[in-house]
Amino acid sequence: MIYKHDTSKPNGPLALSEGMRLHLEIARLSAYEMAEKIRKRELSVQEVVRAHVNLSNTVNADLNAFIHIGAEYAEKRAREIDAKLARGEVLSPLAGVPVAIKDNIATNFMPTTAASAILKGWTPPYNAHVSELMLDADMVVFGKTNLDEFAVGGSGVYSAYGPTSNPWSLHHSAGGSGSGSAAAVAAFCTPLALGSDTGGSVRQPASFTATVGAKPTYGAVSRFGLLAMASSLDHIGQCARNVLDAAILADVLYGHCAKDATSLDKEWESMQDAALAGKRAENAFSGLKIGVVRQYEADMVHPGVWDNFLLILQYMQDAGAQIIEVDAPSFLLSVATYYMLMSCELFSNLARYDGVRYGPRMGEELSAIHSMQKTRSLFGPEVKRRVLLGAHALASDNYTQCYAAAQRVRMLARQDYANAFEQVDVIVSPTAPVSAFSLDAAFSPAPPNPEEAYRADMLTIPANLAGVPAISIPSGFSEGLPLGVQIVAPFGLDREMFFVASMLENLIIDRLKINFDLFATAGKLTTTTAPKGASASDFPTGDKHTTASKDGDTPSK
Amino acid sequence: MQLLDLPKALELFDPVIGLEVHIELGTKTKMFSPAINPASVENADSCANLPNVCTDPVCLGLPGTLPTINARAVEFAVMLGLSMGCKIANTSVFDRKNYFYPDNPKNYQISQFYHPIAQDGKMEIEYQGSVFDIKIERAHMEEDAGKLLHEGEDGRIGTQGSTLIDYNRAGVPLLEIVTGPIVGTGPLAPKVAALFVQNIRDLAKSLGVSRARMEEGNIRCDVNVSLMPKGSSRFGTRTETKNLNSLKSIEKAVLHEICRQAAVLSSGDTIVQETRHFDEKTAVTLAGRRKTDAGEYRYFPEPDLPPLVLLDEYIERIRRALPPSPTEMRKRLLQEWGLTKAELADIYNADLLSEVQRTVECGIQPQFAKKWWMGEVSRIAASMKQSPSDIITPEHIAQLQKLIEEGKLNDILARKVLALVVEDGKSPLEVMQANGIELQTVDESALRDCVRDVLLSMPDIFAKIKDGKHQAAGPVIGLVLKKFGGSADAAKVKSIIMELASSL
Repeated sequence: MIYKHDTSKPNGPLALSEGMRLHLEIARLSAYEMAEKIRKRELSVQEVVRAHVNLSNTVNADLNAFIHIGAEYAEKRAREIDAKLARGEVLSPLAGVPVAIKDNIATNFMPTTAASAILKGWTPPYNAHVSELMLDADMVVFGKTNLDEFAVGGSGVYSAYGPTSNPWSLHHSAGGSGSGSAAAVAAFCTPLALGSDTGGSVRQPASFTATVGAKPTYGAVSRFGLLAMASSLDHIGQCARNVLDAAILADVLYGHCAKDATSLDKEWESMQDAALAGKRAENAFSGLKIGVVRQYEADMVHPGVWDNFLLILQYMQDAGAQIIEVDAPSFLLSVATYYMLMSCELFSNLARYDGVRYGPRMGEELSAIHSMQKTRSLFGPEVKRRVLLGAHALASDNYTQCYAAAQRVRMLARQDYANAFEQVDVIVSPTAPVSAFSLDAAFSPAPPNPEEAYRADMLTIPANLAGVPAISIPSGFSEGLPLGVQIVAPFGLDREMFFVASMLENLIIDRLKINFDLFATAGKLTTTTAPKGASASDFPTGDKHTTASKDGDTPSK
Repeated sequence: MQLLDLPKALELFDPVIGLEVHIELGTKTKMFSPAINPASVENADSCANLPNVCTDPVCLGLPGTLPTINARAVEFAVMLGLSMGCKIANTSVFDRKNYFYPDNPKNYQISQFYHPIAQDGKMEIEYQGSVFDIKIERAHMEEDAGKLLHEGEDGRIGTQGSTLIDYNRAGVPLLEIVTGPIVGTGPLAPKVAALFVQNIRDLAKSLGVSRARMEEGNIRCDVNVSLMPKGSSRFGTRTETKNLNSLKSIEKAVLHEICRQAAVLSSGDTIVQETRHFDEKTAVTLAGRRKTDAGEYRYFPEPDLPPLVLLDEYIERIRRALPPSPTEMRKRLLQEWGLTKAELADIYNADLLSEVQRTVECGIQPQFAKKWWMGEVSRIAASMKQSPSDIITPEHIAQLQKLIEEGKLNDILARKVLALVVEDGKSPLEVMQANGIELQTVDESALRDCVRDVLLSMPDIFAKIKDGKHQAAGPVIGLVLKKFGGSADAAKVKSIIMELASSL
């Protein structure tokens, strides 16, 4: 029941009926364009919202991207915002734009379940800080998106509501844990969505669905109201179809929040300005120092992924960027470190779900303690596995060699980033070592070897350990499935991340001569790998270790 | 098992005690959330005996909520820490103590395990000339849990019947003070334990950081007791008696544990390391949970709170503003005020020290300040079911007393004015003007004539007075004052009576 994946679903990309295709005229707009048309009253908010809600309701049968779609609520909000516009009130840059929220972020106007049976039907009495900010910005929150239960997982299969399908191929996963947000954005159900990123849960699904997923500096966006998975690693991030949209949403979300003690008390520059500057920059790659991690080797990732990554490096070098190897030995330990720390915090964070104060209660006839125990059996298997791992690691006999040791490695990861950023402006890598997993085989009913699945997070995890900002943008396709490239910037330099990401986005679209529009591209990509024009051999591969100079300078061709 | 009596027990063993005292800090809001603190020193009875009204999503541990540190609670903890001579940590860290219990909303308690806010203090206990130095090992901040009400048969969790939960107390700021082992107290062990907690209580009260009422659970105490054979210096196995909430209970629990353990040990058995409960009715401790899972709280640093950093300037600023400790204060006041120890203790126990002190600061003699607050003001307050400090200010009491000393009021009129001040909240002078109260200047010869008439009309009493029974003058004074409508001065009347008694 939990891992329901309908194999009778036709394989291949999501298809739309002619009637639904009409909605694309509005839904294909970027958030930036949509907001502008709303401001100029060329589109009413009601028209915009209806198009997205109809599309979402229809495609959700195929995608299972939404746990809740609040059509009536959205309609009412849209009317209110239209009325404000009619009165000539000055509204925020994203006024009237629809947005979906990952279902582990609290909304007091829609249920918030974290895709867990243990929170079935629960609506919080408060909004998350980010929900509040988006309401204040007159955005229309119209739905809650699917995820792995409590964001625990990397494939979306661990949802009590069943897995989400990848719009690019319905028999493939949309990644995880933010499967629903990424799929919804890719399928034009919404231009923007919120995700949470603890080990890559915004970026990896973005990579699998040819969308943009950004994770801020730790503390830039308030976590108040995010149902905690691992507090020290959790970040709320943006899902969009382009870098500029993600940046504009960042401007709504960034800022100090008194309700979150880990929130940074910092004035943030405009991310929109940074992204626009990147978009408009000519030749700004020259002089830019791009870091690649020496420890990442070709055999650690799928060949198609590595080829695509080398191609992107080639494009950047061609555009004048300097490619520099940086040393980050601790990154090879990051998966073990992450799973240790995350499990410990998860164990404790999920302890509160006991049926006493909210959510369904099991064993009502039993004593309080036994009822609590029975209620907790509602957790799914992967949550249980990691909670047990955390309980084991935190036991006083194991604390030193488990939790404490992992904390020390975490410090090393921070140090490795700090050292690297003395030499380079940003660090790039593939976002994930693979393209989207098949829902038919590997994850039914559960991965045979969890460690193997955990290793799929290896490229995204270091940024969570260090709290540095990171973004994934579409970089091409391998065997018809999307790939992503990740850009990591120094702590607090989110503007640099958006600037470079925006520039690179332009460069990739320009050089690949394709766009990442599902309905324009999908059918034509079934056998496409990286386009012609450049090959992996153009760029130094395995032997670069020996040819690279000591100071990490670019190896010569 | 038959207990050993104390003298017998002490012939064989030396008791070692240790105390853990939990103090609810009286901040306006809770430790980690803006919910009203029902133990606040400012807003008394804010939860009005209703369950679950002093709560919010944070202290209920609702999903997605986050703790934030109450700066005032930190300040209170630093005040207490410094007053106990502790070193205040520049960096202390909150940890999560993980355990499942229905009164624990998050199923973890935020506490300070590895790096407490205060360490290494000392407190002096004096009893009948003996002085004991109690070492304070540490004091750490944490949040309180809610309260369970079991409807089961034996009142214990885990049996049939429903359990009700009141989360008003969940998240109330606590400071837990842990002493080092206290040795060498001998027969005074029970007394020393109680006196230590009493000192902490007086300290918290004088600093204004807690309501400090043990009967309301603002202060709760766990006592560890172990015995070592006479002459040995190796500690025995200890038991921990939990949640003692009166000084008497502490004393009795320690006494009972000494006598019980002595009996167990001298019969050749061993003491089981366990948690025990104190039964108020029988003054006996009962076995509770065995500490087999001791330490399995899976402590780790609270990731939702950054380390608490306190700069030296901050700590020093608090240190400079600290009032003198109750012990110092008592010594000083005994000298300065010329009251007896018992009189001072009365003022303390009535919780009126600061009122009396402020009245004295207005230039009033301590005995008069004491007389007003402990007498008429307390009486009126009791009849109104309020506390004396809520019905009148020290400034108004001082003005009242000065008016008497200036001869503008006598005792009877002053009481009348006091009642009106309490009623209207105006100053005594304003009340006198508004109500036309003034002491009539009485014609001396008219007064003398009146006294003479009254004396002559009561020959029996007059005879007694002449015999030197001065207290017999009472009815005479009363009658004279009545005739003069309260405007005559009682002392003056009395002196005239005495004068006439010797001359007539």
